[in-house]
Amino acid sequence: MKRVYMDYASTTPVDERVVEAMLPYFREYFGNPSSLHSYGTKTREVIEVSRKRVADLISAEENEILFTSGGTEADNLAIRGIAHVNKDKKKLEGPHIITSSIEHPAVLETCKDLEKEGFEVKYLDVNRYGVVDLKQLQTSISEGTFLISVMFANNEIGTIEPIEEIGKIAREHNVLFHTDAVQAIGKVDIDVKKLNIDLLSISSHKIYGPKGVGALFVREGIKLKPILTGGGHEKGLRSGTENVPGIVGFGEACKIVKERMERDIEHMQKLRDRLIEGVLNNIEESYLNGHPEKRLVNNAHFRFTAIEGESLILSLDERGIAASTGSACSSKKLKPSHVLLAIGLSPVEAHGSLRLTLGRYNTQDDVDYVLEVLPEVVNKLREMSPLWNRS
Amino acid sequence: MNAAMYSKKVMEHFMNPRNMGEIKDADGVGTVGNPVCGDLMTIYIKVRDDRIVDIKFKTFGCAAAIATSSMITELAKGKTLEEAEKITRDDVADALEGLPPIKMHCSNLAADALKAAIQDYRKKHGRGGKK
Repeated sequence: MKRVYMDYASTTPVDERVVEAMLPYFREYFGNPSSLHSYGTKTREVIEVSRKRVADLISAEENEILFTSGGTEADNLAIRGIAHVNKDKKKLEGPHIITSSIEHPAVLETCKDLEKEGFEVKYLDVNRYGVVDLKQLQTSISEGTFLISVMFANNEIGTIEPIEEIGKIAREHNVLFHTDAVQAIGKVDIDVKKLNIDLLSISSHKIYGPKGVGALFVREGIKLKPILTGGGHEKGLRSGTENVPGIVGFGEACKIVKERMERDIEHMQKLRDRLIEGVLNNIEESYLNGHPEKRLVNNAHFRFTAIEGESLILSLDERGIAASTGSACSSKKLKPSHVLLAIGLSPVEAHGSLRLTLGRYNTQDDVDYVLEVLPEVVNKLREMSPLWNRS
Repeated sequence: MNAAMYSKKVMEHFMNPRNMGEIKDADGVGTVGNPVCGDLMTIYIKVRDDRIVDIKFKTFGCAAAIATSSMITELAKGKTLEEAEKITRDDVADALEGLPPIKMHCSNLAADALKAAIQDYRKKHGRGGKK
């Protein structure tokens, strides 16, 4: 059976060159970077090489990159870290933090947790394409506002947010701007300076690097309170012995992504457009979720009337296709995706959602296979569905 | 849920559902669930001499919802109404070699749908009070 992986937004396979680059750091070069002997020197040096590579990918400086265990920790460190140095602002009129209603749980749950500490958080509305309301952002900023956190691109529907405009607004009001760029990295050319971004989270395993490593960009001069206490690694902001092989792999992945970003973008966009056009033309009552243009080059997100996402994913899997859904039935909490509800879909509509996310290794054959199988699978489930009355 | 969280039997019934479809001139029809929760199922029965001679289902929902619908049609076919009524949610889950705990409540509606179909049959055939 043909197998097609179209869930690159969940994770990516590690690039062979990345694996090769990592291997010596498990065996020969296993030293603790904090050690004074040559074993330590060797690994200390390589961490700094990786730091430069991560920085280069987003046009930042080396000293502005902190390594973390991944995107979730980077988001936590950014938001909690900034909130905890601004505790005195709780006395001032809020909202203290402004975010969007469609953030990844790493941001949303962190904000909800901070609400329990007495911080006031504003969750911006989005329009039906998932774009945040800039007017609402403008009018929400008040005396006590110290942080805006809006994702670069949404992980479910792929909508790219107006980051440049948000950066300007934040700068004008002297408010810090954090963005979760976990999905955008490698698919959008990001320049933190041009975009007035103060803090930015990225993760290695979304760009063909290993899992368990990520980074937080923190513009020079911005103070953070660490969330981990310990030996004071990463300038005291992220204690814990560095994940050397992971950091080496992440650095290598960043270098490769930077070199071939233009090519990758063109490749994914071509496939994505073929996929979207093919699905919308060949399956009746199919709809595209997210923005028609301002969307990630690798994201195709659909909604089909009268079927449920988990059945759809498992049926596709039986035919060798790996995809994802925002259906409640597939989630641990049995709740429909907050993103799909925020863009105005009803819970029933949210059930019938399908996310196909492309990557470097997908081919036109893969897309054509999906275009052949998906209509069959949708039809089979619709035949079964009491909500489907046409035939 | 991914496929590994379901028993082989659930996946087998989900991929090859038995008795799927509609009975146009059904003697009893029962619908339970709520599409908002992600599950909606309809059971159609054909009854002769108090026995279920044909049964079909239509289901909107997850793999567990579809598999339980398929399974109940197998369990109920050929049984008397009295016997069929006694089939419980647990019987359906057991016949499927178990369901993930989280799906026991929300998607295991097939026994309820069958009961609703039998009730509908009795109502239509003037035997509402008979147990």
